[in-house]
Amino acid sequence: MKPIFLRGPSFLLRLSIVIAFSVLLFLADSQFNLFASSRLYLNSLVSPIQYVADAPQKLSIAISENLLTRQALKERNQQLEKDNLFLKADRLLLTQLQNENKQLRELLNSQRNFSYKRMITEVMSLRSDPFTHQLLIDKGASDGVYLGQPVINEQGVVGQVSQVGSTTSRVLLIVDASHGIPVRVQRNDIVAIVHGSGAWNKLNLPFVQSNADLKEGDLLVTSGLGGRFPAGYPVAKISRFNYQKGALYADVTATPVALLDRSRYLLLLWNDHQFTESELSLDLESEDVIAK
Amino acid sequence: MSLLNSYRVIYCTFLLGLTGAIYPLPIFLNAFRPDWMVLIIFYWVLALPHRISVMHGFVLGLLLDLLLGSTLGMHALLFSLLAYFVSIGYQRIRYFTLVQTTLLVGFLILITKLSLYWLASSLQEIVLHKHYFWSIFTSMLIWPWFFFFMRYLRQRFKVS
Repeated sequence: MKPIFLRGPSFLLRLSIVIAFSVLLFLADSQFNLFASSRLYLNSLVSPIQYVADAPQKLSIAISENLLTRQALKERNQQLEKDNLFLKADRLLLTQLQNENKQLRELLNSQRNFSYKRMITEVMSLRSDPFTHQLLIDKGASDGVYLGQPVINEQGVVGQVSQVGSTTSRVLLIVDASHGIPVRVQRNDIVAIVHGSGAWNKLNLPFVQSNADLKEGDLLVTSGLGGRFPAGYPVAKISRFNYQKGALYADVTATPVALLDRSRYLLLLWNDHQFTESELSLDLESEDVIAK
Repeated sequence: MSLLNSYRVIYCTFLLGLTGAIYPLPIFLNAFRPDWMVLIIFYWVLALPHRISVMHGFVLGLLLDLLLGSTLGMHALLFSLLAYFVSIGYQRIRYFTLVQTTLLVGFLILITKLSLYWLASSLQEIVLHKHYFWSIFTSMLIWPWFFFFMRYLRQRFKVS
C-alpha cells in the first residue's frame, strides 16, 4: 500500500484528464462524427465479447432445432413447400409484370434499374443503448456491408446500417428519433418524409400539407429519392391523419409495417445505383415525382 | 499472490460484467437487468482503490459505449466519475453497514442513469419510460449477494 497522502492530487489530476478526454470524445462523436471511419476498428475490438454474449442463445436455438421430432420436421417441410409453390406462382406473374414495366418505361424513356444483390443476416439480440433504436447484425465490412446500406425484412423496410465493424454492424431502425426516410404514398404518389419518433410503433410525417389527399391505412413505400433506399419497398401505414382548420401542415403519424423488434433474419440490400450529390437533381426529374 | 494473477482475476470479472451488460434477455426481463458494470466498478474501487480507479472506469466505460453502440464517452465519463467518488470516500464507505452500502449503490445508479438520460437527451429527443429506472431496484437487491460473492472471490484468489 502506498501512503494515503501521496494519492490525493494525482487522483484529481487523473480525473480531470479523463473527464476532458471523455467530453472531447463525446463532442467529437456526437457533433462532428469524427469516428465514422475508425468505428470499424473500434467495433471490431469489442466484437469478440458480442459473439461470446450471443453464443448461448445461438447454441440453444441450434439445440432446439436439432431436437425437433421427425413429425414436426415433416410438417414444417410441407408448409414450406406449399409456401414456396405460392411464391413461385407469384413470381411467374412478377417476371411478366417486370417485362411489361420495362417496356413501358422504355416507351417513357425513363429507365429504372432494380438491384438484385442482397444478403441474409441474422440479428444478434444483444442489448443496445436504451435511448436509441438499433439492432446488431452478424455481417460486417468483411461481407461488404457499407455505411448507410438499406436493411429490410420480408415485411418492409427496417432501417439502415449506421456503424460497420469488420464482422458485425449496427442497424439504425426507422423508428429512431434521428432517422428519416423519403417515401411516397402508394395510392397517389404524394411524396413525404417519414421520421422516427423514438417509440417502437410510431412514425411521424412532418410537413404534410393539410389539404393533402391522405387517408388512414394508406401504404407508404420508399420513393428512392435521396438515393439511399431503393424505390418501392413498403415502410409504414398511416395510422392517423389530423388537421386543424387554418393550419398549414397536418398532423400525420404512421406505424411501421415491419415488426422491428421481433425479426430474427434481415436482408441487406445493395443499392447499385446510388446517386451522388450532383446527380440528385437529375434523380428528381427522372424518378417518381414525374412518374405520375 | 502475484500482481499478474490479481489483475487476471479482476479483468475476468470485468469481462463477465461487460458480457452481462449486453447478454440477450427476454424483453420483459430486459428492464430488470442489473447494472453489472456499476456494481463491479464500485466493488473493485472500494476493495482495491490503489489498483482500480479512474483510468479503469474510463476504459470500461468506453468499452461499454462501443458494445452498446451509444455515443462514445457517455459511459466513460460517468464511470470515471463514479470511480473517482468511490476512491476518495472508500475509507468511509468501508465502515458502512450492508444496508447503507446498498442504499449508496442505489443512489449511485440513480445518479448514473439520470446523467445518462441527460447526456443522451442533449443529443436528441428521447421518450423516457418509467421502466428505465427499474434496474435500480434489481441492482440493489443483487448487491448484498454480489458483494459476498466478490469478497469470496477476492479471498479465494488472494487478490490484492
